[in-house]
Amino acid sequence: MMVQLEWYLILAAALFCVGLYGVLVRRNAVAILMGIELMLNAVNINLLAFWRFTEPAAATGQAFAAFVYAVAAAEVAVGLALIVAIYRNRQTVDMDQINLLKW
Amino acid sequence: MTQLVLFVIFGAITLAAAIAVVTARNLFHAVLWLLLAFFGVAGLYVLLEAPFFAAAQLFIYMGAIGVLIIYALMLTRGVMRQQVPLVNDQWALVAVLAVALLAVLSWLFLQHTWPTVDQAVGPDSLRTLGEALVDPGRYGFPFEVASVLLVMALIGAVTIVRER
Amino acid sequence: MDFLRNAIVEIGLWIEGLLINAGLAEPAADVIMTVVGAFVVGFTPLMIVVFLIWMYRKVSARIGGRMGPNSSGTWAGPWGLVQPIADVIKMFTKEDIRPQGIDVIPYNLAPIIIVVAAVMIWAVMPFGPGAEMVGADLNIGIFYVLAFSSAALIAFLMAGWSSNNKYAVVGAFRAVAQLLGYEIPQLLSILIVVMVVSSFVGPQGNPLSLQSIVEAQEGMIFLVVLPLPALVFWLASLAEINARPFELLEAESELVAGVQIEYSAMKWGMFYVGEFMGSVAVSALFATIFLGGWRGPWVDTAPVLGTVWFLLKILFMLNVWTFFQMTLPRLRIDQMLAFNWKFLVPLSLFAICVIGVVNKLIPEGATSWLRSGILLATNVVILLLAWAVLAIGKRRRELRAPAGAGVEVGA
Repeated sequence: MMVQLEWYLILAAALFCVGLYGVLVRRNAVAILMGIELMLNAVNINLLAFWRFTEPAAATGQAFAAFVYAVAAAEVAVGLALIVAIYRNRQTVDMDQINLLKW
Repeated sequence: MTQLVLFVIFGAITLAAAIAVVTARNLFHAVLWLLLAFFGVAGLYVLLEAPFFAAAQLFIYMGAIGVLIIYALMLTRGVMRQQVPLVNDQWALVAVLAVALLAVLSWLFLQHTWPTVDQAVGPDSLRTLGEALVDPGRYGFPFEVASVLLVMALIGAVTIVRER
Repeated sequence: MDFLRNAIVEIGLWIEGLLINAGLAEPAADVIMTVVGAFVVGFTPLMIVVFLIWMYRKVSARIGGRMGPNSSGTWAGPWGLVQPIADVIKMFTKEDIRPQGIDVIPYNLAPIIIVVAAVMIWAVMPFGPGAEMVGADLNIGIFYVLAFSSAALIAFLMAGWSSNNKYAVVGAFRAVAQLLGYEIPQLLSILIVVMVVSSFVGPQGNPLSLQSIVEAQEGMIFLVVLPLPALVFWLASLAEINARPFELLEAESELVAGVQIEYSAMKWGMFYVGEFMGSVAVSALFATIFLGGWRGPWVDTAPVLGTVWFLLKILFMLNVWTFFQMTLPRLRIDQMLAFNWKFLVPLSLFAICVIGVVNKLIPEGATSWLRSGILLATNVVILLLAWAVLAIGKRRRELRAPAGAGVEVGA
């Protein structure tokens, strides 16, 4: 029995939902960033699964996955820099206390 | 058959580790679980016959991104000693939302007939990718933009954390 | 005598034939042979390391004007050959001290990861000509090696954080700064080689596979063709494996033992073996990429000689590593960072641009001798330029700074 495309899609969707839960629920900023990384990984699984099962001869899916890597690296560098800067100013990375922009 | 077994193993590793990431109390453990989840995803890439991305997953996600997260955790380690609630007060709602989203997505995926082809990955898939990434008519321009993005991220990160 | 010419492959075929004659189906025999092959590839380095540690101790003792392990006193075999085995037994039987307040699972996992990562690298090393002499000739070859070498960084971080010791955490911080930073020149120098390989083996070859990197060195080894990437790769690799001029993670005089401070008995032994295997792996990588791997005289007639040449080259590079270990003092942390970011990274970035353009400008039909010559000339010019820039910078600093002020290394 072969592994079907749908299985990869469902697995990626589950990973995405777990990441979404982490992003929306955790209070620590670093933990939120980890949730984002999980979501990006889910996207990459999808891209590569579509590439493998619909057009393995072309490079489209792989190229997009490569761009996701670049974006993820940039995102984590800037995001962590922001978190460290916030920690320096406010001595906390608890997202519930970083509320200057809230009403 | 082997494929199926390996898919189940790596999928289970990835999902279990991901759930541990969002539920672990100790943030350092959460990052270690995150690394395990990355490893499981790398295994899935091998199953998808994209070995380049499996190695890149180990190299970039585990070797660079995971390490950076641990580093940031150490720099903000004052928070690790505090006994604050792990999650905010909307966790139950979000959990329901996430499960509902998963259910809807899975239903959609199973509903649709995907135009899959039964075709093996050629031995030149890596070469095809490389040529597509530097071909000005295809992804040459986005590739350059990605490198500019990375340089900007590098400079931006340094500027943000610099002490004046 | 024909058997001896390609002994390793012949033995493999003979065992497989034996299995099939014994009534096993061919696929099953294939699976068994794959498992046996993986076992051999995985365990040979581990076994050889015991001997190599003896060699390292002997050579380093000679450099220090000592005897090293010998047979006087307690019996340790001729020339102290049994000494490493006695050491291993001692290590196994020592008490395993578990400090208070550690994070148990990461603490115990870290030494295992170090050793596993060092073993995994051998899967793609070509031990001789032909597909049978490579564990798995992956089409990403060299990239796979780099991916696994970055696992050591995670192990250092796990060990440093979970030990519940401030020196260990400082060691882990240094590990990030050093290993992440020196990965860049290491990668760039390998990228130069990969770029050049594809023009040596032609458009059909796969320049990432280690086997085709060795095949590309048919006319001339890359140490001669590309001395600059070889130098950068060697220095960056020394930092990656935490060897003496860059031995900042352990730094006995300041950090006591860095990340290893709380480890005892066999767990410490695994760190030791893992680091030693790292140096063996770097030697093997250097031998493969720059010294021609299994290439040598008479390999065409007797392929088994290729394995011998490869092992001899590894031994040679290991001795170079020992000389570095025993003769160079340790850099300060700021010198280590400055050497990377102000010298190695700009140099390798400049080199990859220049060598890439020059390599492209050489017409496709050029003989490999002509190509090698032009590349060598380019390398020499870049090295001279780097030397000139350093000399000018040093002169300007001397003019600016008061006399007697120290000169930073590589700055």
